[in-house]
Amino acid sequence: MVNISTSPHIRSGLSTATVMQDVAIALMPALLMGVFVFGLRALLVILLCAVCCTLTEYLYRRLMKLPQTVSDGSALVTGLILAMNLPASVPLWIPVFGAVIAILVVKQLFGGLGQNIMNPALAARCFLLISFPALMGAGMPAVGNLLGPDALAAFGQRMTTLAVDATTGATPLQMLKDGQSVDLLQAFFGFHSGCIGETSTVAILVGAAYMLLRGVISPRIPGIYLAATVAFVALFRAVTGEPLTGNYLLGQLCTGGLMAGAVFMATDYVTSPITPWGQVIYALLLGLLTALFRVFGSSAEGVSYAIIIGNTLVPLMEKVTIPRAFGKRGVAR
Amino acid sequence: MNLRTFKHGIHPADGKALSANEAIRDFRPTGEMVYPLNQHIGAPAQPVVAVGDPVLVGQTLAQPGGFVSAAICSAASGTVKAIELRRTVSGKEALSIVIENDGQYTPMPGVGERRDYTALSGQQILDIIRDAGIVGQGGAGFPTHVKLTMKEGVQPETIILNAAECEPYLTSDYRLLIEKTDRVLEGLQVVLQIFPQAQAVIGIEANKPEAIRLLTEKTAALPHISVQVLKTKYPQGGERMLIHAVTGRDIHSGKLPIDAGCVVLNVSTVMSIRAAVCRGIPQIAAIMTVTGEGAASPCNVSVPVGTSHRELLAFAGGLKGEPEKLISGGPLMGVAMVSLDVPVLKTSSAILAMPEDEVARWEPTACIRCGRCLRACPEFLVPPMMAHAADNGDLGAFEKVNGMECIECGCCTYVCPAKRRLTQSFRTAKTAVNAKRRAAAAKK
Ligand code: SF4
Ligand code: SF4
Repeated sequence: MVNISTSPHIRSGLSTATVMQDVAIALMPALLMGVFVFGLRALLVILLCAVCCTLTEYLYRRLMKLPQTVSDGSALVTGLILAMNLPASVPLWIPVFGAVIAILVVKQLFGGLGQNIMNPALAARCFLLISFPALMGAGMPAVGNLLGPDALAAFGQRMTTLAVDATTGATPLQMLKDGQSVDLLQAFFGFHSGCIGETSTVAILVGAAYMLLRGVISPRIPGIYLAATVAFVALFRAVTGEPLTGNYLLGQLCTGGLMAGAVFMATDYVTSPITPWGQVIYALLLGLLTALFRVFGSSAEGVSYAIIIGNTLVPLMEKVTIPRAFGKRGVAR
Repeated sequence: MNLRTFKHGIHPADGKALSANEAIRDFRPTGEMVYPLNQHIGAPAQPVVAVGDPVLVGQTLAQPGGFVSAAICSAASGTVKAIELRRTVSGKEALSIVIENDGQYTPMPGVGERRDYTALSGQQILDIIRDAGIVGQGGAGFPTHVKLTMKEGVQPETIILNAAECEPYLTSDYRLLIEKTDRVLEGLQVVLQIFPQAQAVIGIEANKPEAIRLLTEKTAALPHISVQVLKTKYPQGGERMLIHAVTGRDIHSGKLPIDAGCVVLNVSTVMSIRAAVCRGIPQIAAIMTVTGEGAASPCNVSVPVGTSHRELLAFAGGLKGEPEKLISGGPLMGVAMVSLDVPVLKTSSAILAMPEDEVARWEPTACIRCGRCLRACPEFLVPPMMAHAADNGDLGAFEKVNGMECIECGCCTYVCPAKRRLTQSFRTAKTAVNAKRRAAAAKK
């Protein structure tokens, strides 16, 4: 007999899994760049995060006898974003621990996909930052020999050892905070110390372009967030009277976690507003908070905390920005 | 070209190529004819025939049961066999007049005779439309004479002919527009005879170039009728979207098209008006598309109202394989049929045979808050908030997030990657709110 269900009777080809797949693809350039810059150990951290996130989700759903959801790919994406936010030099139990925090505590205990109020990967990163500051921040791996005649040999070396480079390098963002200028071109390509997936602005932009083309994200949140951060940083620097150079402003834009945060984390569906004006407010708030943390905070970075704080305010922002329905926008005549 | 449209909406695969080049064929079934008395919005019609009575084509079987109601006329000749409960397209049972069809199609005297509409007054035309039992053929079947009856002092500025036919797969309006262009335009002129001050605008989607060419050519000499080409986008033919595209005016659920100075009529409704006024033929035929990848030979058919869907499908070449789903209407707003043994109504537009049921293939999963539904909704609603309220049975919250503005177009559900059955929840919640409102009104 024929099937009965109510209209509509057709569906677009899109599914949660295809959307997550697109996000995972978009993350690849940034992550691969991380492997190129930081070597085999970065690859190991990425794999650990991806596997542990997926496994945690699988085991939790299974033990709790809930419908299995690993195949939707959202846990994998969380794993990749978590890895993006870790330095390659972390002890290897950190990705495992972070994955459990992200998937078990931040995502599943809140009810699973769509119910979590904070971005799981970012919340896990913030938790790790607070709990293990020495492991998470200070030990940013120094950048090896990336260019020049010996580059290939150096790359080969990085890809054959899991040892952590004892020398640690200051991140360019820290250098900016300390009043130094940075090599913008190197920063743009990502040849500097930092977390695995955040260093290469160009690789992140390639991922962003892919997601924009595929309609996965709209430019609204990342665009406003980036612009607002630069604007507020400039404003605050003007207020404090510290020197404000082009190098400083552009450096703010393409070093640290801002670009990765704006493209991959602030746009996280579940933890950003769905209403158009809610998205505007959210992005502006993220820009304001990021600038506040970066200019006045004790650490050079502020993107993760800004986004996490923004996440918690999303329900409120949506509530006050419900769009006016079609016929109620103007008068009939 | 200046293509007007509305914001948001979707672009599903249109499937029209299956049947767009098939000329409308006439069908004269020989099986029994069934006429549910409630195939329009408003009070059910009242039978004026009794079991055993002989009937002729065009004869009135039932009178309007009130002002908002419509007459029902026989599309065949024969005898009244029964007046009893019969299953309808919706799956529910309704009191119906059943005619034993003699297959002769003997017309009532006067049916088919020419009449000069220019000699008639507006009120005379409205009376003819009422007696012909004409109801809107695009949607739920609102009685056309009620739609065309204006309050004192109100006159429409714009008569919009809804030639968008935005539902995928449907091609019957398109065929009428290219095969019967003159009759469609004559029908519009009949309507303009009622409203001499008004301008008529034909709103048509850009994907029908042949029809646009014919209409533009033939309206060149008609000062009161113009053609407005619209962007091809679903639901361009939605009443509110169409009014927005043509006039720039917006209405919501608390308003009627006339509040924006408009009267919106479908192609087949205008054809019915012309047939009734100029030829004395009541609304006894539905132009239907029998189509879908599960139909053996997709085509367009002029079907006598009352014909069984089973007989129509057999005439149209039957099915190919075993379709998983049979729909009365289009894929976005049509109704899944439980059985083929239900009669064609005045509002019937299509039989769509789907080899695979996409709804059954996808289990709904958790909302990922991707916002695609917001960007698809032509009413600028927030489907996840509405669904949350609807699924919790919180009707107050549902109304607060503008749930009652939902036109049930299905765009949100179509785009949702989590395959949530949003429109279904909204339909249920809207029905509940309307029931609550009626109960409250009855108490007063
Ligand atoms: S389209 Fe579906 S998953 Fe996306 S926000 Fe709407 S209901 Fe949620
Ligand atoms: S079904 Fe309702 S909520 Fe969904 S897109 Fe259409 S009008 Fe909007």
